[in-house]
Amino acid sequence: MSLLETVSLNEEGFMTDPNEWTKEVAVEMASGEGIAELTEDHWKIIEFCRESAADSGAAPTLRQITKGTGISTKELFALYPKGPAKKVAKVSGLGKPEGCV
Amino acid sequence: MKTFLILGAGTGGTMVANKMAHELDPQEWRVIIVDKFETHYYQPGFLFIPFGIYSPGDVIKPKRDFIPHNVEFILSDIELIEPDKNRVVLTKENKVINYDYLVVSTGTQIHPDETEGMTDDGWHENKFDFYTIEGATALSRFFKFWKGGRMVLNITEMPIKCPVAPLEFLFLADWFFTERGIRDNVEIVFATPLDGAFTKPRASAVLGDILGQKGINLVPDFNIGSVDNSKQAIVSWDEQEVEYDLLVTIPTNMGAEVIDRSGMGDELNYVPIDKHTLQSDKWENVWVIGDAGNAPTSKAGSVAHFMLDVLIDNILRHMEGLDPLPKFDGHANCYIESGFEKGILIDFNYDVEPLPGKFPLPGFGPFSLLKESAANHWGKMAFRWIYWNILLKGGEMPFESQMTMAGKWA
Repeated sequence: MSLLETVSLNEEGFMTDPNEWTKEVAVEMASGEGIAELTEDHWKIIEFCRESAADSGAAPTLRQITKGTGISTKELFALYPKGPAKKVAKVSGLGKPEGCV
Repeated sequence: MKTFLILGAGTGGTMVANKMAHELDPQEWRVIIVDKFETHYYQPGFLFIPFGIYSPGDVIKPKRDFIPHNVEFILSDIELIEPDKNRVVLTKENKVINYDYLVVSTGTQIHPDETEGMTDDGWHENKFDFYTIEGATALSRFFKFWKGGRMVLNITEMPIKCPVAPLEFLFLADWFFTERGIRDNVEIVFATPLDGAFTKPRASAVLGDILGQKGINLVPDFNIGSVDNSKQAIVSWDEQEVEYDLLVTIPTNMGAEVIDRSGMGDELNYVPIDKHTLQSDKWENVWVIGDAGNAPTSKAGSVAHFMLDVLIDNILRHMEGLDPLPKFDGHANCYIESGFEKGILIDFNYDVEPLPGKFPLPGFGPFSLLKESAANHWGKMAFRWIYWNILLKGGEMPFESQMTMAGKWA
């Protein structure tokens, strides 16, 4: 867990500075979320989320992820079980998605 | 003659028409408002129809009653918006309107057909929405003869119009079944994609406690993928099942289809705007009020009302060649009916989550924030009169558009 001690997290466990993110941090974060291995599809989603957030300043919603990556909702839930939008945001070093208002 | 065009005569559009009719010189400007329906619905009232508290007559009035005489009202659907050409094509006779300023207030609609199996079998028979007059009245008929069973309320995905309405529905259902003497025969389940009762942590904790006290079972992190009609179960993307006798669904909410047809929306047909100025990201003479835009705040009439003064000021500034001011703070103010003639009030914005305190007068109230009280309930019931008689006509309300920390306990 030493790697996660080097980045700043908020009380819900989201990173507060996306610039502190590295691929190694992503691997640690994922294992904390119960994802043992990050496959090519996992990375494709992470990359999309990082790019999307760099543009808009916010983590993308589920619909933005499925539309942007071509990965179906069903597959997305298989890759990131339970709450994919939140989990992907965490693993990608982004804040909580804004869809929840 | 210049044209100020408003698309949609719901809460937001009607308020803008009233304000602009007053602000603009009739020698110089014509104000036009377009809507496809004659009828204005008081949408917060839909919640009360299933429980027989309101009848459809309480929530319906003609739109024309609220549109000033010097504003032209055109009854038509909208075929296409062409913001690059500053014009709109109407469905009726393919009429073209060239505009100088455009306000988009086309709102948010439900899309139960986005969920596989939802509208196939038993739609409005044992599966209902209450966000339309049809759904709310069908559910009211169903409740008249229901003897009990397992009622599941499910939120499909966020964002939704009035995010507290599902909770109010649950609280009122608990009260309604108790009054009818069948509460012991009804199991109430709330399946939600959120990780708790509500979106904001402190309110979620308070509201979650109330759910518990009322014996309502929370199923968090439930993302519906389909309805299995043969089993009477909702099935999540990760294959959890929740069985129901009665399903009340909050379907996917989306902006108007014309926004999609016109290439102006995001993936849910909401128009991207600057969340503080309410101006379109792409076209400087296009402005958006209420739930037609993508501002990350509640999609509710109170929010449209708080947007109004900022929007009008900014449009008038733009007409004078001045920059818009980033004054909209995401302010939302929601009465939450909690049953047994009580209610809870929450007041929040982009940055500050709902907190306890008093509203609108610090220390005095009469309304209590984030706490059940009888005054909050009567505030909600009085609001229908305020809506029809003051709010829609753009009248003054006794508080500012921006949220204040006075009276709140951080």
